[in-house]
Amino acid sequence: MSAARVGVVIFPGTLDDQDAARAVRHAGGEAVPLWHADPDLKGVDAVFLPGGFSYGDYLRCGAISRFAPLMEELIPAARAGLPVLGTCNGFQILCEAHLLPGALMRNAGLHYICRDQGIRVESTATPWTSDFTEGQEIVLPIKHGEGRYVADQETLSAIEANGQVVFRYVGGNPNGSLNDIAGIRNEAGNIVGLMPHPEHAVEDLTGAPSTDGRGFFTSVLKKLVNL
Amino acid sequence: MARVIVDVMLKPEILDAQGQAIARALPRLGFSGVSAVRQGKRFEVEIDGPADEAALAEVRKMAETLLANTVIEDYTVTAES
Repeated sequence: MSAARVGVVIFPGTLDDQDAARAVRHAGGEAVPLWHADPDLKGVDAVFLPGGFSYGDYLRCGAISRFAPLMEELIPAARAGLPVLGTCNGFQILCEAHLLPGALMRNAGLHYICRDQGIRVESTATPWTSDFTEGQEIVLPIKHGEGRYVADQETLSAIEANGQVVFRYVGGNPNGSLNDIAGIRNEAGNIVGLMPHPEHAVEDLTGAPSTDGRGFFTSVLKKLVNL
Repeated sequence: MARVIVDVMLKPEILDAQGQAIARALPRLGFSGVSAVRQGKRFEVEIDGPADEAALAEVRKMAETLLANTVIEDYTVTAES
């Protein structure tokens, strides 16, 4: 059986694509680089939107990337059910593309934060979190200046009621996110975005605070194999 | 040639952390009597033709699509006289 193929999107200014590709391979998948200017998903089974500073974060984080040629293919595919995970800048892009509700703004303290962060898994009903257990606390690195999740009250109530909050910060809210939200999913559950970085926490060798990030990749690969 | 101004401001209910930091800095610099600051963005859009209703509608579309994120921001479009 051939390995499941996970696309890793690269925009100008993307930083974490190499770690994301490595994490996919570490879990037994095939990582397929997807170039922002090439409107071709290359038949991948899932897509990882990594972090960084695409287009220099000009205008708003993710605002320009959201209109990249590749996104013209990715947006309808994601709406049709393709599993998509966005971390950090990838999360910001998913919000700008309105694939996820709400937006990410400057951290409440205005400082760029780079540290290990406790996160509680609130929903395992996504292709990216099925290998976790509900309520499980994990530790992942965070590194962002614009990670404060905001949404209007109506949207916030709706995502809470629908169980669309997938991750919450524990042990202190680092950036002022509403309801301590660290990550959310769309209504269907196939699209997940979060500020923390699972791709940086898959191997002890790299000094990661944990290997808790592995669960994201094993989850999606299992899902793809069992399709 | 005409110039159309697009002002983009955070919606009133959205916490403006940068505006707050500016408001806190002002008294330290000796400026008193400031109760709040909100920070926004101003775009000056140069268009080829006149700033007629059709052109303004087009700029509104630009604001809606790219210049503002209407999830968190409001915008106003005005022709510069």
